Amino acid sequence: MPIFNLVRRGAYHDSVTLMRLSRDMEAVPGVTRAAAMMGTPQNRALLRDAGLLAADGDAAGPTDLVMTVIADDAHAAQLAWAAADAALARRSDAGPTTTRPRSLTRALDEFPDATLALISVPGPYAAAEATKALHAGLHVMLFSDNVSLADEITLKRLARERHLFVMGPDCGTAILGGVPLGFANAVPRGRIGLAAASGTGLQAVSCHLAAAGEGVSHAIGLGGRDLSDDVGGLMLEPALALLAADPDTTVVCVLGKAPGPTTSKKIRGWLERLGKPWVAHFTGDSDLNSAPTLEDAALAAVAVARGARHTAREFTLPETEIARVVAEAGAGLKASRRFVRGVYAGGTLAQEAAALLRVRVGDSGVGHHITDLGDDAHTVGRPHPMIDGTVRREWITREAEDPATAVILLDVVLGYGAHPDPAGELLPAIAAARTRGVTVIASVCGTETDPQGLSRQADALRRAGVVVMPSNAQAARIAARITEKRS
Amino acid sequence: MTAPLLAAPRVVNVGLPLFADELAKIGVPVVGVDWRPPAGGDARLAALLARLEPRRAEIAVANQRAFDILVNGEPVLVDCRPAREALELPDRVVLHAGPPLDFHRASPPMRAAILCAIRYEGWAANDDAAAEMVMSGAVKLDPCHHHRAVGPMAGVTTASMPVFVVENRAHGNRAHCTINEGLGKVLRYGANDASVIAKLNWLATEAGPLFGAALRLSGGIELRPLMAQAFRMGDEMHQRNVAASSLFVRAVMPWITRVADRHHAVARLAEFLAPHDQFFLNLAMAASKSMADPANGIVGSTIVTTMARNGTEFGIRVSGLGERWFVAPVEMPVGLYFPGYGPEDANPDLGDSAITETVGLGGGAMAVSPAVARFLGAGGMAEALAVTAEIREICHADHPHFRIATLDERGTPAGIDVRAVVETGITPLINTGIASKVAGVGQVGAGVARAPLGCFTKALEALAGA
Repeated sequence: MPIFNLVRRGAYHDSVTLMRLSRDMEAVPGVTRAAAMMGTPQNRALLRDAGLLAADGDAAGPTDLVMTVIADDAHAAQLAWAAADAALARRSDAGPTTTRPRSLTRALDEFPDATLALISVPGPYAAAEATKALHAGLHVMLFSDNVSLADEITLKRLARERHLFVMGPDCGTAILGGVPLGFANAVPRGRIGLAAASGTGLQAVSCHLAAAGEGVSHAIGLGGRDLSDDVGGLMLEPALALLAADPDTTVVCVLGKAPGPTTSKKIRGWLERLGKPWVAHFTGDSDLNSAPTLEDAALAAVAVARGARHTAREFTLPETEIARVVAEAGAGLKASRRFVRGVYAGGTLAQEAAALLRVRVGDSGVGHHITDLGDDAHTVGRPHPMIDGTVRREWITREAEDPATAVILLDVVLGYGAHPDPAGELLPAIAAARTRGVTVIASVCGTETDPQGLSRQADALRRAGVVVMPSNAQAARIAARITEKRS
Repeated sequence: MTAPLLAAPRVVNVGLPLFADELAKIGVPVVGVDWRPPAGGDARLAALLARLEPRRAEIAVANQRAFDILVNGEPVLVDCRPAREALELPDRVVLHAGPPLDFHRASPPMRAAILCAIRYEGWAANDDAAAEMVMSGAVKLDPCHHHRAVGPMAGVTTASMPVFVVENRAHGNRAHCTINEGLGKVLRYGANDASVIAKLNWLATEAGPLFGAALRLSGGIELRPLMAQAFRMGDEMHQRNVAASSLFVRAVMPWITRVADRHHAVARLAEFLAPHDQFFLNLAMAASKSMADPANGIVGSTIVTTMARNGTEFGIRVSGLGERWFVAPVEMPVGLYFPGYGPEDANPDLGDSAITETVGLGGGAMAVSPAVARFLGAGGMAEALAVTAEIREICHADHPHFRIATLDERGTPAGIDVRAVVETGITPLINTGIASKVAGVGQVGAGVARAPLGCFTKALEALAGA
């Protein structure tokens, strides 16, 4: 069989490395024997005696690497040399050193097969990091808020050019291939695909799906402004295309705030051409809505998946139970206490409650108030209220001290990334509010398999005298009913 | 190929460590970036960095070209002959280390070395006359780097001094460096008495010609494989050169014995070389410069191609910015001192030897020489690994030839990127000898010094067109 010698001039490797190369080359099909040695006279003599030396190799010097192969043909020899080069280029898998890379660029050197950058740096720096990630071919989940609209549009256009995805900015959650990103709940994998311009909306719907025995194929976050006319659904369009083509997805559920009028028309077109059954819910109101609340959106999707129909109901609890809660809340409450005060961590949940109470989030005139403490304005330089309840406790206390407050309305959001005991964190403030005669109503957005456990959190709230409702919409509605008779 | 969005992702987490921790807990592959605001939160510098972002792809291509040239040079030691011939260096010119230097601002050891070299050449009889010649312009000062040369510490080089000639066979360019004088009282550390001149005379009349004849006969000694081997033997080739010096003696001695016609001359040379652990430094420097020079002048590249100190200022040159120097006041070295000396005796950082760090040797290669890491503090393997990992943050990629045995043959970080230096605030770490700040004393210790950030921010301004 022919001998093939390859000489690499001036390429020094130590003998242990070279012995490993010999082994790697011999493993190539079609190769009978192989050796890699520095071309010293002694080594050349060894190779000659072993019948491995050709003319090229014989001309090598002591500082030259000789890679010699006995093989069926030149092609096999080429493969052997390629295997040797690959072995030389290979890095140890002993794992990274203890120091963490200091930049995205460096991290990619260490982890070249990364597919997604999860970016949560302060807003002013976030667009630059996202740009780097897109140029490096990564999808981006942009958790950061306080990113300008202009930057968002630039990023999303760049992403579309590169067939990549930007989820965000201000995208709190996503579930891709069963992997929860950011604040996400432990929901089973299933057949319902979500595209959401709403973080807690996505969380709430996925939890209601889990409670109904269904699961999520993928949940794509879009960022709260994606459906505005400024951004025009730059990410919703490809998200719908992906879900339409995804074999695991049988029903598509679209969530967000009410889209801009131009975008609304576009969305209708995209949904009509989707080719799969869909459910849409836009908090506030929209002529696209096929479900009035987040809970209904989830239950409608479940019904469609099962070939059934969903009928929206005001409450899922028996009317007698609702009447009892309303009566209890009213008893012993001073006549001056007439209004609902929502103190929220989840933006979409706050929007939903405000819509049901016919107010706007953040308005602080006479009447019901709904405050979203997860909003940009409240998170500059402070942790998000899902991570740290300090600010929420202060707001609960402040609202309870207001002599016009009848009901404090809360959301308690569980899941990965959230505080390990979000209900427990709020209990001192809740107890103080209760002593003033204020009724506290909450809903828990979570699943039994979440790290915090849905029923553990709900039970803790109930023990503290909180009325725990099965959904945010029902919580808002019962709060409205309690105060209706008073105002 | 773009990875599909709808699949389990492999995540780089930039920001809240919480998210990376949650993913790691459920077994998702994730790397967390130890993110900090770029340029230490300096808005002006961050804006300059951002101005380069739209050019990222072009810069990456330019940097890869510069990097490939920088790491794939083939330095071959071909000759040793007087600077007059090798550099075409005229009389009455004194080359010195670092960026251009005004004699009035020169540090005492640098001044002493310059004046000593003028006396050695016989252009002046004493230091006062020599100083007068410099001041009047009768003797001209010029950086080694402007003459295809480098010099350790003071780097003082004049026409009669023999220089090693290293040819980069991948590009055909040459670089030069004087013969290392050994330890003790030596010109490069600013010693300037009669014994210094006697040693210089011996190098010029006996050692230099012997090396020259031997190297010409040999047809050239390839330095890259020798250096790669020394690297595995624990030399980072700036502070520690014992393996490289030994390997070099092994390579050169057979040729020396062939060309020598006087037995005593060979014996003197052998005696000079035998204990001389740092002999190879000058060869490593010439080899480094021969590899770095062709990497300069690549349009758009942000890779550093020169780092050098003159005892007053630290200067860098950048591939995409050509021959222009970017300078900042040089820093004080920190390290360990010979008996009887301490930090108060130290001169500011000095020498062209930072050319070794420019190509991936020296400080950034600390992981090959854990012993050298002891100059930093507690020292040892962990510290050495941490230094190399830190320098990797500011380098383009891993060196394909200079591989680190203790990192499972991973290459030393090479190709310092100006952007990464400014972004991270990590400046190159230079392994160095420490000269006395008093003229005539010589070396008082050894340690490390940081390159000042100012050089890099000025270069960034130029790159961003500010």
